[in-house]
Amino acid sequence: MLNRTALEALTRRPLPFLASSWPWRGAAYLAASVVPGLAAGATAAAAAGGALVTPALGAVAGLAALALSVPLVARFERLRLRLVDPAPVPEPPDRRRREVWLAVMTVLAFWWIDLLMLAFTIAGPLVLALTPVLQEPVSPLIGAPASLAGVLLLPVAAYTITAWGGARGAMARAMLAPPDSELHEVLRSRARLVDAFEVERRRIERDLHDGAQQRLVSLSMKLGMARLDLPADSETARLVGQAHDEAKRALAELRELIRGVHNQVLTDRGLAAAVRDVAGRSPVPVDVDVALPGRLPAPVEVTAYYVVTEALANVSKHSRAARAAVTGRMEGGTLVVEVRDDGVGGADPERGTGLTGLADRLSVVGGRLSLSSPAGGPTRVRVEIPGS
Amino acid sequence: MRVVIAEDAVLLREGLAGLLERFGHTVVASVGDAPALIEAVAEHRPEAVVTDVRMPPGFSDEGLRAALHLRARRPDLAVLVLSQYVEQTYAAELLESGAGAGVGYLLKDRIGDVREFVDALDRVAAGGTVVDPEVVRQLLRRRRDPLARLTPREQEVLGLIAEGRTNASIAGELFVTEAAVAKHIANIFAKLDLPPAADGHRRVLAVLAYLHG
Repeated sequence: MLNRTALEALTRRPLPFLASSWPWRGAAYLAASVVPGLAAGATAAAAAGGALVTPALGAVAGLAALALSVPLVARFERLRLRLVDPAPVPEPPDRRRREVWLAVMTVLAFWWIDLLMLAFTIAGPLVLALTPVLQEPVSPLIGAPASLAGVLLLPVAAYTITAWGGARGAMARAMLAPPDSELHEVLRSRARLVDAFEVERRRIERDLHDGAQQRLVSLSMKLGMARLDLPADSETARLVGQAHDEAKRALAELRELIRGVHNQVLTDRGLAAAVRDVAGRSPVPVDVDVALPGRLPAPVEVTAYYVVTEALANVSKHSRAARAAVTGRMEGGTLVVEVRDDGVGGADPERGTGLTGLADRLSVVGGRLSLSSPAGGPTRVRVEIPGS
Repeated sequence: MRVVIAEDAVLLREGLAGLLERFGHTVVASVGDAPALIEAVAEHRPEAVVTDVRMPPGFSDEGLRAALHLRARRPDLAVLVLSQYVEQTYAAELLESGAGAGVGYLLKDRIGDVREFVDALDRVAAGGTVVDPEVVRQLLRRRRDPLARLTPREQEVLGLIAEGRTNASIAGELFVTEAAVAKHIANIFAKLDLPPAADGHRRVLAVLAYLHG
């Protein structure tokens, strides 16, 4: 299994973990605290140098040195984070403020904590292991076990270092970007995907409209004209007549296909017109009552339209309803669309009503879908989408 | 009859022109977008316009908007709008212009039935109203009050009125007498609360009630 961060690497089995690069990366991360340490030193030196003249100048010089070092330290923090957590860090709108905060904290506190952790963790086992060398007049009875203990403690140090390095990386990441910004990123990428699908559907619709459909209309027209010139009872007239009917059927089928790909009425005239349109084609009579103050953002309209289309398809396929109704209103900035029928009910969202397939679209626009369908009916599908 | 054609697909534009000329009409201009349509009508002053709904520059409903614009300036101009798909909103907007006299809304597919298509254009040019049977079929499925008050036979008659048929033609279609048709129509007007006025006007209002469902 691939580990994405030092903390995740800790969950591996001991030998693969110790053989991996993660302990070394953790150590390198902590050792790199020397750099903010230098920045802290420079700040302190500036402050001390200024304070030799007057205390006020010391404070000013110290602050100036800190301000100069902050952008460099921030950049360095982003760089060294990759040692323990290589995933890209999201860049929220307030990233400057967050970077300054992280840099100040690093210069003031983190760097020396890191270095102390590193020093103690390594120094303990090292001193123990080198007991026979460091403490000259020591009996081998004490020296040998001590050095053995030191060597055995080194793997433990690897764990401690990786753990602290990973924890520090997690802290740095949390300070650089809010924890839910990755969720936002997922939502955004999903939105891009849904948008891309929509663009692609429009392109396909346009291609079919400009190409195949025009040609079929033209073909049907030419066949119609040819029929005019043929004696009505001839074999040729019969064949041309059949070809003409085929062409007309193909046109009708193509029209349905194109509408399924992308409904131009929705783009041109908005949700209310598109709902009336889809209701008009439903085999079950549908009362439409959609009153909206104006056009809504395209993703909202498209999502609501798909929900209505899917719900009405279910009504005609499963509900055995005699009548259905669609209502649509804005309620306090939220679009609320409801599809009801007087059918037998018992619709189960788990058994693929097609509505569950709209979950991605709904989550992109922050919408909510609820379904109420007791056995015996009626069935109600309600969708709520924030309107702006 | 002098006709202006607006259609962005060249193949179809030329086919349409050939078709209309064959039936003895004069195509004074064929254009490919909405602004050119408006210019051509100003320049050639045709009696009728045949236009596609979806045209450049926006490939949305420019043709329909141009038709409405032309009707607003010249209510006597006959306009036959061709659409790739049935859209009741378009049909309703069109019928509301100039009380629906001299307008038609047909699916593009109907061009294939050349004789019926040219007939429809003639009816529109004579001040009639033509609505595509497909629009009518959809509306029948989606009826609500006050249309629900109509009997099935009356709904059938109303559908035929929407297609621009005369009483005689409706009588022929339904195998009943013209007097029977007139009685159905009187019932329809009464049930739709249409006050007695010029008969033709009431027919259009009935169709509009139908379209608005």
